[in-house]
Amino acid sequence: MSVDAATVKRIGRLARIRVEEHEVEKYQGEINAILGFVEQLGEVDVEGVEPMTSVTPMQLRRREDKVTDGGYPELIVKNAPLSEDNFFMVPKVIE
Amino acid sequence: MTDLTKLTLAAARKGLRDKSFSSAELTDAYLAAIAAANPKLNAYVATTPEQARAGAAASDEKLGKGQGGPLEGIPLGIKDLFATRGVHTQAASHILDGFRPEYESTVTANLWRDGAVMLGKLNMDEFAMGSSNETSYYGPVINPWRSGGSNAQLVPGGSSGGSAAAVSAWLCAAATATDTGGSIRQPAAFTGTVGIKPTYGRCSRWGIVAFASSLDQAGPIARTVEDAAIMLTSMAGFDPKDSTSVDRAVPDFAAAVERGVKGLVIGIPKEYRMDGMPPEIEALWQQGIAWLKAEGATVKDISLPHTKYALPAYYIVAPAEASSNLARYDGVKYGLRVSGKDITDMYELTRAKGFGAEVRRRLMIGTYVLSAGYYDAYYVRAQKVRTLIKRDFEHAFADGVDAILTPATPSAAFGVGDEDMNADPVKMYLNDVFTVTVNMAGLPGIAVPAGKDASGLPLGLQLIGRPFDEETLFAAGRVLERSAGTVFAPERWW
Repeated sequence: MSVDAATVKRIGRLARIRVEEHEVEKYQGEINAILGFVEQLGEVDVEGVEPMTSVTPMQLRRREDKVTDGGYPELIVKNAPLSEDNFFMVPKVIE
Repeated sequence: MTDLTKLTLAAARKGLRDKSFSSAELTDAYLAAIAAANPKLNAYVATTPEQARAGAAASDEKLGKGQGGPLEGIPLGIKDLFATRGVHTQAASHILDGFRPEYESTVTANLWRDGAVMLGKLNMDEFAMGSSNETSYYGPVINPWRSGGSNAQLVPGGSSGGSAAAVSAWLCAAATATDTGGSIRQPAAFTGTVGIKPTYGRCSRWGIVAFASSLDQAGPIARTVEDAAIMLTSMAGFDPKDSTSVDRAVPDFAAAVERGVKGLVIGIPKEYRMDGMPPEIEALWQQGIAWLKAEGATVKDISLPHTKYALPAYYIVAPAEASSNLARYDGVKYGLRVSGKDITDMYELTRAKGFGAEVRRRLMIGTYVLSAGYYDAYYVRAQKVRTLIKRDFEHAFADGVDAILTPATPSAAFGVGDEDMNADPVKMYLNDVFTVTVNMAGLPGIAVPAGKDASGLPLGLQLIGRPFDEETLFAAGRVLERSAGTVFAPERWW
């Protein structure tokens, strides 16, 4: 499988990474080189093989459903590029 | 007085306890060495001299009373991937500009609990994506090693290139590192240092900037096998804050170092003999086999038939997980923000500017293989192949193999700005061909310097162990180290 220019632009939108017109060809070449490299996985007989979900044989632990942390919103927003009254500020999303 | 920076961690620890010197003296020696070397080597992206001196003073007080933890007063370098409270933590990326976390990673907290002193944050490939430390926003790290008679700059490997270079050039007693596909073991091999990636779940991932969560593990890079064992004993341990951290006692790894290999069965996988592998690597491997045999190990040829599929499967699984993990960098919560005409525009511009070329490439691949219509063909198939890779190892261990010996890398360190590798990302990826299987199977792996190539550059061997049997790796690694009998010290030019 290989990607065309339109697919590169679509992936860019999905990944929320701006792809400028002059970058499309470079991305396309690189992505296709990597897809070409992984193509060999098609040779492997995976009939009846379970996909790996956990590399160590373990069950995810559960904990009691109660609040164990928090109560410091000023620390949460401390690294934000823009915040006000302990809220993250973003451009207007609703007209 | 002898140069304190040249001491092994174990020797420095003894010197501190015997009061032959103070942590303040040791720390100052390292800070001076960093100030002199960093303009040339670029191993540190931030230094914390005030914090280091305060830590050293506190350690000296404890040591004076005959108290203190296992690492009391030992100065360490910390990879920029570990969150350190109030201190530069950017995964060597532009997108985390100015990020100073309000929390401490579990691994570094364990080190401070045991008395270690922080010298600063170490350079790395951006978000740990790279094998040469050239993808860092802060520029490449330069390997302290040079080919005989040449002034050409070599890479230290990656992604933990800053950690490996700093340990090799005596800019810290030991360093933290992380390994997703070989990022501890490959730079260790390129710099003549020892690096171990422990079993998945051994070290907490909490507070380590995530790359590919099912593969990432922290581990140390150090100058000797014993030093690496001392470091891992402090770094490891159960942490309820990481749901994949394993609730299992941490042995005193240093106690296993001199155990020897008598009676062990060492597997030699035929699939690790690659086409075009330099004869020096093959010779080193044979030498390693001979050393282990001479010390009483039995050597057995084994087959790990899915080896060649580990790297292609990795380049689906790791980018897929990265595309999900790195979705959090959106210009809202921390780091860089580039304004746009609306919120989507802001996201896209921030991420295009904040991520470097290699990270963007992998996020694009990861997004593609997870997108509707391709998920089964790529991602699910890769995870099935991963099951088969793990099964290969399980069969070998079930047949009585205690550890597996392989080369660590397919070559010695290469030049900064290597044209072949820059032109073709897949060529760069092939650096991890011997190490990536271990991450895919969640196993422990250690790289130990074992010889040099014709131009005098260090070469490493890798030992792969059963899950949670790092002790056998330290024991066998020590036999390789002792048999090699070489001091892997670069000739100082910086």
